[in-house]
Amino acid sequence: MSKLRPEDLDRIAERMKRVMALREGTGRVRITVHMGTCGIAAGARTIVTTLLRCVDESALQDVIISTSGCAGLCSREPMMTVELAGEAPVQYVDLTEDKVKRIFTEHVVSGRPVAEYALAAGSERTL
Amino acid sequence: MNTYRMHLMLCAGTGCVSNGSYRIKAALERELARRNLEEEVAVVTTGCNGFCAQGPVMTVQPEGIFYQLLTEEDIPELVEEHFLKGRPVTRLMFTPPAEEAPVPKMSDIGFFRKQRLISLRNRGLIDPEKIEDYIGRGGYRALAKALTAMTSEDIIQEIKKSGLRGRGGAGFPTGLKWELTARQAGDGKFIVCNGDEGDPGAFMDRSIVESDPHSVLEGMVVGAKAIGASHGFVYIRQEYPLALERLNVALGQARDYGLLGTDILGTGLDFDISVHRGAGAFVCGEETSLIGSLEGRPPEPRIRPPFPAESGVWGRPTCINNVETWATVPAIINRGAEWFSQIGTETSKGTKVFSLVGKVKNTGLVEVPMGITLREMVYDIGGGIQGDKSFKAVQTGGPSGGCIPASLLDLPIDYERLTEAGSIMGSGGMIVMDEETCMVDLARYFLEFLRDESCGKCTACREGVDVMYQIVADICAGKGREEDIPLLEELGHAVRDGSMCALGGTAPNPVLSTLRYFRDEYEAHIKDRRCPAGVCKALITFRIDPEKCKGCLLCGRDCPQEAITGERRKPQTIDQEKCIKCGACKDVCKFEAVTVQ
Repeated sequence: MSKLRPEDLDRIAERMKRVMALREGTGRVRITVHMGTCGIAAGARTIVTTLLRCVDESALQDVIISTSGCAGLCSREPMMTVELAGEAPVQYVDLTEDKVKRIFTEHVVSGRPVAEYALAAGSERTL
Repeated sequence: MNTYRMHLMLCAGTGCVSNGSYRIKAALERELARRNLEEEVAVVTTGCNGFCAQGPVMTVQPEGIFYQLLTEEDIPELVEEHFLKGRPVTRLMFTPPAEEAPVPKMSDIGFFRKQRLISLRNRGLIDPEKIEDYIGRGGYRALAKALTAMTSEDIIQEIKKSGLRGRGGAGFPTGLKWELTARQAGDGKFIVCNGDEGDPGAFMDRSIVESDPHSVLEGMVVGAKAIGASHGFVYIRQEYPLALERLNVALGQARDYGLLGTDILGTGLDFDISVHRGAGAFVCGEETSLIGSLEGRPPEPRIRPPFPAESGVWGRPTCINNVETWATVPAIINRGAEWFSQIGTETSKGTKVFSLVGKVKNTGLVEVPMGITLREMVYDIGGGIQGDKSFKAVQTGGPSGGCIPASLLDLPIDYERLTEAGSIMGSGGMIVMDEETCMVDLARYFLEFLRDESCGKCTACREGVDVMYQIVADICAGKGREEDIPLLEELGHAVRDGSMCALGGTAPNPVLSTLRYFRDEYEAHIKDRRCPAGVCKALITFRIDPEKCKGCLLCGRDCPQEAITGERRKPQTIDQEKCIKCGACKDVCKFEAVTVQ
């Protein structure tokens, strides 16, 4: 390792930003993939892998990918919810790798939800 | 770099490691691999998270779900349910005492909620053995700022303005200490990090070094620039193997990255740090003894002045600060003196780390703003007294601190208030006691410790503490005399005034503070030959209440002296001649029929 200069600290911190955003739970975008037995059977694992690859290939540092249980709409799995800070979450259904890539580019990167893949905007009402 | 969707922040502080966190780590990695999750979910070992009583503990990020008391058997279920299927496992979450529902999120647990982390700012968020993690959390920025944008005078003024005071015990203003050392003529000055944490039950310094060693190193390099020191020492206890290991890893990384050694960050500053392992004498926490030990001499305090700032290690100007103090410095440089001085009380700024132990439900390591009340510490953070017994006193400041009674529970914690109450801040030990603690016996325990640890140089401390111990031990043994109380007070003042260092200067505190607040207990021991808490063996009698005894014979079976006799289903009796007052009968009785008087 070569000796650091003050500006190198910024470079390292920039590289670590994605890791730290995850640990601190502070992201601009949160994508939740529903991973019930139904979701996994319908291919949710591939959806997660594709998302992680998209994040890796993008320059984005503030995307959090998480998983949750079955969303209750088993026939439309795999499903995921994309939530941009300050905006209503959007649920996407019947996902494939290609759909995920398009959603990532248009919704996550550029902020325009992909209406044709979306089920509905908003979360379910909970207690 | 691989992108993960989940980080499992597994505590690998000494407490959790001894509860098996490395076995948990292996089990997690095994199970994650079996589920093909090893590229999605990362296991990160962190330093102490503070909630040691519930170890091994693990926080799942980004959700902040807190798991506790993990065992290897829990791991397959946890991996499948939560990490694969996204359904957090409720049964492994923490349920606060007196509540029924588990609390999933760490930030919602009372133990953590009232804490404010400055010196422990990275705990649980970084792997202490990875310098990139530290830099990712803003580490070494304070150093870059201090080295490129501040003069030595600027740094000293900033620390002075912040109001930071020494966290090792005495509370001397840190900025002033730096200024006094910086003003000395000549080069070859030293700075020292005092990590000789000798108080029984205290582990603040150990945890800081274990969970975030770079914060200490960064503080020291900032100090080196301010003071003009060419070399630093970390004096750390040999009994802290994990802290030592992580410190050495951190030193190696800092040297590789040019953050220690010659021409630091390309700014021309030369400074390096070496580690000195202490052999475990309590008195080495006293700065002149520590200097003696560093130089290879016996650790005996010497007269001050000259203060170490003028003549310290090998006669050179030396600035000694505690681990926690050094770890706080980078935060002040980064965020400014004004920010820091807004936290805390009039005279005590910032936060303080305490090891909260004893009879509270939640024990562990906590960092709280100065000025928090003892009541908040005991009931909000500590969760109240175990077994819902009543609170009796809290002992602060380690063996040479004092006891504070229930009437002062609303006392805000800061240096001055604790001193006024007859105790000290010390390095931050906090032992909570319930109604079953005998205050005379407690004073005896601490005097015994201090008698052993007195270096013997001053007569007042060597002889005085020993005589005080003999008197208090006699009182516990039922041989107390009425004149003992005034004699103890007189001796206490003589030892305090006649000792050279803080060990003797504070050694009478356990006796004087218990005499001040619990004089009736001393009087009961002496006049009535009675121990109200039922602790001092010579003064108590175990009896079996014939009304409550069902004659189940359990006590007779457990009595090592065969002192309990009686027929089945009839009240039992204890032969007082044979009874050794071990309490085994009381522990085993299901009907609370064994009484102590």
